[in-house]
Amino acid sequence: MRPGAVIEETSLRAAGSAWQGFRPGRWADEIDVRDFIQANYSPYTGDSAFLAGPTPRTTALWKRLTTMFVDERARGIYDVDTHTPSSITAHAPGYIDREHELIVGLQTDAPLKRAIMPQGGLRIVESGLKTYGYELDPQVRKIFTQYRKTHNDGVFDAYTAEIRRARKAGIITGLPDAYGRGRIIGDYRRVALYGVDRLITAKEAERAALDELWSTEDVIRDREELAEQIRALEELRQMAASYGHDISGPATTGREAVQWLYFAYLAAVKEQNGAAMSLGRTSTFLDVYLQRDLDEGRLTESEAQELVDDLVIKLRIVRFLRTPEYDQLFSGDPTWVTESIGGMGSDGRPLVTRTSFRFLQTLYNLGPAPEPNLTVLWSSHLPEGFKRFCAKVSIDTSSIQYENDELIRPRFSDDTAIACCVSAMRVGEQMQLFGARVNLAKALLYAINGGRDEISGVQVAPASPPLTGEYLDANEVRAAFDRMTDWLAKTYVEALNIIHSMHDKCAYERIEMALHDHPVQRLLGCGVAGLSVVADSLSAIQHARVRVIRDETGLAVDYAVEGDFPKYGNNDDRADAIAVDLVEDFMTKVRRYPAHRDAVHTQSVLTITSNVVYGKHTGNTPDGRRAGEPFAPGANPMNGRDKHGLVAAALSVAKLPYDQAQDGISLTASITPTGLGRTADEQVTNLVGVLDAYTDAGGFHLNANVLNRETLLDAMAHPENHPQLTIRVSGYAVNFIRLTPEQQRDVINRTFHESL
Amino acid sequence: MNTGSVHSWDIATSVDGPGTRFVLFLSGCPLRCLYCHNPDTWHMRDGHRMTVDEVAAEMSKYVRFIKVAGGGMTISGGEPLLQPAFTAALFRRAKELGLHTALDTSGFLGARASDELLADTDLVLLDIKSWDPATYRRVTRGEVAPTLTFARRLADMGKPMWVRFVLVPGHTDDPANIEGIARFVSTLDTVERVEVLPFHKLGAPKYAALGIPFPLENTPTPDAELVRRVRSQFSDRGVPVH
Repeated sequence: MRPGAVIEETSLRAAGSAWQGFRPGRWADEIDVRDFIQANYSPYTGDSAFLAGPTPRTTALWKRLTTMFVDERARGIYDVDTHTPSSITAHAPGYIDREHELIVGLQTDAPLKRAIMPQGGLRIVESGLKTYGYELDPQVRKIFTQYRKTHNDGVFDAYTAEIRRARKAGIITGLPDAYGRGRIIGDYRRVALYGVDRLITAKEAERAALDELWSTEDVIRDREELAEQIRALEELRQMAASYGHDISGPATTGREAVQWLYFAYLAAVKEQNGAAMSLGRTSTFLDVYLQRDLDEGRLTESEAQELVDDLVIKLRIVRFLRTPEYDQLFSGDPTWVTESIGGMGSDGRPLVTRTSFRFLQTLYNLGPAPEPNLTVLWSSHLPEGFKRFCAKVSIDTSSIQYENDELIRPRFSDDTAIACCVSAMRVGEQMQLFGARVNLAKALLYAINGGRDEISGVQVAPASPPLTGEYLDANEVRAAFDRMTDWLAKTYVEALNIIHSMHDKCAYERIEMALHDHPVQRLLGCGVAGLSVVADSLSAIQHARVRVIRDETGLAVDYAVEGDFPKYGNNDDRADAIAVDLVEDFMTKVRRYPAHRDAVHTQSVLTITSNVVYGKHTGNTPDGRRAGEPFAPGANPMNGRDKHGLVAAALSVAKLPYDQAQDGISLTASITPTGLGRTADEQVTNLVGVLDAYTDAGGFHLNANVLNRETLLDAMAHPENHPQLTIRVSGYAVNFIRLTPEQQRDVINRTFHESL
Repeated sequence: MNTGSVHSWDIATSVDGPGTRFVLFLSGCPLRCLYCHNPDTWHMRDGHRMTVDEVAAEMSKYVRFIKVAGGGMTISGGEPLLQPAFTAALFRRAKELGLHTALDTSGFLGARASDELLADTDLVLLDIKSWDPATYRRVTRGEVAPTLTFARRLADMGKPMWVRFVLVPGHTDDPANIEGIARFVSTLDTVERVEVLPFHKLGAPKYAALGIPFPLENTPTPDAELVRRVRSQFSDRGVPVH
């Protein structure tokens, strides 16, 4: 599969005892973790009765951190190292409580102490520090202004005037031009299975194969990147050694497997402040090791759970230094340590193991939490015991999101993980060039106003004749919107190409890419926001009458809707078909423009919490939405317009074609516990039924919040009483009390489904 | 009857019958319960006319979902038996689509339910609003006897029932009143459960919107202790309580 992945004699010998008891296969000769899992994992079809609670050690360790969280919340950050630009080896080893940690390793030399990562952008670092009352070491500033170019500087050297205007006006938003792009999942499992030596050998072979090729710019870059990857693997080994572990060879026990894997992930979060630093799909892989130890009597269930709990504690304290502007977009200090759990194998066996349960069990043992972002790949074919446990955990903690394995597996593979919120990628084979999203609602207003911004009046898009009629004409609006989105798609893809070219050059993800095959398949993750606003606006224009209200300069600033119109979110094809067309059309347009390094274009309908900020920067819209009002999150219908309950809304969302939005379509739903059933058992049965039926209908993603409105109101008033209250927000989970008051209100006002 | 007066429909889980259900609310009700949370369904004239075909077309969009999720169709109101022919025609369609059917009724008009309608009804959600005739009259402005007759008829024909009782402090919470229902229900072999529904005021905004005073504006919702007492009054009689 990979060229020249020859094993050296020495590593074979070393691996001999580490792999004892494993069934051999192609994985022993080539780097192929999926093959290893398939050959060795034990599907578990039982229920949750075997699970163990937290040990006193686990509880004490977690408690030590939770007291620190209080200070962290009060100060914004707990601490930061202002002197040391982070790298895999920059910081001395750090511990929470050295004597009592089973799995070791921190991003810096102390827990919750954040690192600076100036290669992404110096201004972001300085502004982040300033927010919390810190000053950047002048020496670091000097290095990253005089001697070393940042990603952010590079991007602005190459941006066109048009891109700058579009970015400033907020029609293209949230671009990763000043922060790490993220949404890259290193196959961290490889380090546990093969050890660093073997991975370096394989990378050297990949690099050597390039010697045969003529040195074009592309080939030169590939060679340089592979050399950097090898260097990063050496640093990973060195970092682990500083903690007293030699990870040159494969892990020999369950505890080592967890530790090796975590070191690899830790190296990534030491090196990159990526928007989303996802873990991958590790539970069933780790289960092979834990099960071997259990079978051989070296480990008890309680000890196995402890290892998972300890890993999850580490994942919960991953921190990055970010700016207030960033927090406004993506609130609650998210890191998107997404772990994908469950799903079916392509041979029909469920990929559910006891360790899949153990990961979910951490939400009981440590209490609910937003990170790691536990994501269940749902299929109606999953074992009943696992389905019921997932539903129970959802009802108890609101900390799980669901994605449709029956959509993902055939299009990607059965070793696919979610990066960030809804972005599927084959682990170790694909990566994403993250592209945030465009504001489609603003594009509609620009179409009506001939390219002028509805708030500032500035000509942002190329000038075209504005629509001048007293009432909006459906055909005229559609034609103008079509022209406007042509321009938008072109400007957008161009901006992304610039960003990713500079990111590769200035802030290349060395260790994450070292844990991918070469060549990697790149996906260009485009996205849209404001889908339901535009769908409802076009429906209003078509089915009702929309009168335009213009200011003295002729700028359309408001709309009066006369009559009723079908609204997206009611399982009514008249409105839903408009949303489907919008998704298909924008995807088609984006595909017309070639992407950086031949990336495959994809698209998401996802906003995370940015729906609030986008709404704030968007004027009145023809659907009757007021200026400044939040958009609906992701692909949700607009607040309060779905009149027939969650199922009807979900079926509207399920109509959006996944093939035209393979980067994911997000639905967030809040339901009250009594809306699911009168008894706990009934609630579980009904939630399982709804998940089966939603995925059967082609729904891609569901964030399930099972909460009382009163609980949220109380948490707004008394945050100190709800330190761990977790809610799902469009693709990830947040600690509710860390949202801005504005976002808290948005969450509460969003349709609260008393019943499903 | 080919058309009926419909208030609205939605898809709800576990509120009006088992699983996820297409719930149709009909307009018009002969009772005026003090605690009614749907005052907008009192008058048939306020509903919109829909044909059986129109309702069936809407319902058919959810058949697959309901079958996978588990559930069925419920006709509620208002009072469905105010429109017995329309209700019967809709249940016939639901059965043709393979859906489980539930009739949510006070039983006050039980005599209007034909045997054909009941043959197509899998479950009756029977509201017994009080036992004591005077209390019943005060709370609903109706009589309790027809409901009891209907309940007996359902039991005799082997029809599964979920009995529902709305607990309103100071109105329906007298121990003897509850004891009466519990004793009666314990003689009905086909009652699968009793649901004690604590009074709530979520309907108050609807009264405000309609410009009607909400009679129980100052009535408290029942506290946990009261709910516990009433539930145990039922369970003491051997009736499964939810």
